[in-house]
Amino acid sequence: MTEKQKKMLARILVTAVCFAGLLIGDKSGAFPWLGHFPAGFIAYLLPYLLIGYDIIWKAARNIRHGQIFDENFLMMIATFGAFGVGEYLEALAVMLFYQVGELFQNYAVSRSRQSIADMMDICPEFANIEQDGQLVQVDPDDVEPGDIIVIRAGERIPLDGVVVEGTSMIDTAALTGESVPRRASAGDEVISGCVNGNGILKVQVTKAFEDSTVAKILELVENAGNRKAKVENFITRFARYYTPVVTVGAVILAVVPPLVIGGGWGEWIRRACIFLVISCPCALVISVPLGFFGGIGAASRIGVLVKGSNFLEAVAEMTTIVFDKTGTLTKGEFKVTQIMAPEGDEELVLRLAAYGESYSDHPIAAPIKAAYGKPVEVGLVEEGEEIPGHGIRAKIEGRTVLVGNRKLMEQMQIPYVECRSMGTVVYVAYDGAFVGAVVISDTIKDGARDAIRDMKQVGVKRCVMLTGDRKEVAQATAGELGLDGVHAELLPADKVSRVEELLRQQPAGERLAFVGDGINDAPVLTRADIGIAMGSMGSDAAIEAADVVLMDDDVRKIASVVRISRKTLMIVKQNIVFALGVKAAVLLLGAFGVANMWEAVFADVGVSVIAILNAMRALKAR
Amino acid sequence: MKKKFKLQDLDCANCAAKMEDAIKKIPGVHDASVSFMMQKMIIDAEDDRFEQILEQVKACCAKVEPDCKILM
Repeated sequence: MTEKQKKMLARILVTAVCFAGLLIGDKSGAFPWLGHFPAGFIAYLLPYLLIGYDIIWKAARNIRHGQIFDENFLMMIATFGAFGVGEYLEALAVMLFYQVGELFQNYAVSRSRQSIADMMDICPEFANIEQDGQLVQVDPDDVEPGDIIVIRAGERIPLDGVVVEGTSMIDTAALTGESVPRRASAGDEVISGCVNGNGILKVQVTKAFEDSTVAKILELVENAGNRKAKVENFITRFARYYTPVVTVGAVILAVVPPLVIGGGWGEWIRRACIFLVISCPCALVISVPLGFFGGIGAASRIGVLVKGSNFLEAVAEMTTIVFDKTGTLTKGEFKVTQIMAPEGDEELVLRLAAYGESYSDHPIAAPIKAAYGKPVEVGLVEEGEEIPGHGIRAKIEGRTVLVGNRKLMEQMQIPYVECRSMGTVVYVAYDGAFVGAVVISDTIKDGARDAIRDMKQVGVKRCVMLTGDRKEVAQATAGELGLDGVHAELLPADKVSRVEELLRQQPAGERLAFVGDGINDAPVLTRADIGIAMGSMGSDAAIEAADVVLMDDDVRKIASVVRISRKTLMIVKQNIVFALGVKAAVLLLGAFGVANMWEAVFADVGVSVIAILNAMRALKAR
Repeated sequence: MKKKFKLQDLDCANCAAKMEDAIKKIPGVHDASVSFMMQKMIIDAEDDRFEQILEQVKACCAKVEPDCKILM
């Protein structure tokens, strides 16, 4: 609790004691004068002033500033009205109850704000720089690219950079939601915002603080509140009309019935006061943005940045997802996926291929060498010769090794078994005879298939893949993943027109998302209703162009975000229905004289507190 | 120039919205946002008159929500 809240609590406690005393005194009949003017009036007025002086003061001040219809004014009028008609006890009770509600509301909001802030607490406080052999703490803002910073165990990495010395495990949970630490040693890139584990790292800074990942993310999160969802805009507009309408209603209620029907002014003024108490739209104005804020917070906890409540809302309505292939569904890195060895000796095939490719810098050489995994004894290889467009011919311990495509085998007149696998096939021949083949292809990301299945489960109707790849490769991938459609052999520009075509096919009220790795597809990301990018731990272009960023490139998270967004929207709608429902009911009851001031205060602050507590559930959405 | 400020004791969401509206109307302010959630205010205004505009912003805030302090 803050100082201000504590002071308020003290005032509430003192007033509550006075109130209890007055209540007992009044009801037991011990002090009959309590019901009469002026003695009773004064007895109630003193605790009333203690609890409500700030309300009256604020109301008066705001009127002077031309801000008439705020809640302070309304509470003042309502309780003054109660005093006016002789309901002293009620006037005091209402003000007390109102202040209790306000305190609750204030406390709930600051608590929720705090828990969201804690979760997003990725901002580094300082950076360590070595000066004359001593570590000095400086503001991360003052460190320039090229400087060497030292990160000790347990410290937050302040700036993006490359490790020059040291080895450590790095906790990336705050950024990616991934709980398993990553290993970093010399030569590895490290990202600001992560926490250094057990070792000391010396890091050469690559980006100034304002360009670093952490600064970018913080900016995104802070600005997320500015892009408002339709529901939020509706509430803002609603709030603008609600208060004046209810206030005018109160005036009419106070003046018209006594003139038309006749009867006492007091009763109608009392009913009008009930209107005034309910006229603040606070429950809605606070709980709706808070709900969205919580939803965005929940998403960021699993490593997904949503750039605004409008996008969170759109994700809930998403029915079509268009994927870019490379880097999104597949890893975009080539690997040996299959070894064909008619003789059964796969190890031999791979070893010969690796030795044959040992001198080559052709793109297929690296995956073969990586798959072989053992060091190549370069001394064994002689007369390595590259035959352009065909492959390699080399001698190992005096015997000829051929590594290359079909054309190479045909040219050398070696009978071979054709391999029909998807991908690049590398045939290997040794000493004039065919020994086998190695297939190199792009591999499907771990969990890509689960991701598609999960998305279908949460209600995505169509999953489509776009790629520049060959048709056969694309279709094989699509089949394996269980996609609904595939468009292959596309140029980057074609992707935009395909997405536009799909957008035209979308029924109204349903959204289309495009998922890409941010390389070459920024225009498509912008064009789609929701652009989802792979954050690649710091790819600026992706973070810039997209509406939703998957920090650890895990497409499985998309389904989780859909669930979070649905839950958030559900909570927001519950709050709107609940708050408006209670308010409408109490307004109606008040107009007919059934509701009293207590119910009115409940409809105001009580509803606010419940709505705030409900909104906080969005933060825990999974 | 764009600048961020922390706000203290910004207690009501409605006031934050009112403050934002009022600040946006100050001549020279390109854009402004007052975030009740973050207790922050972002002001984008003309460079050369920034100080002067800031004074107006302060006056504006004091008018809507006198309890709210702008931390520099």
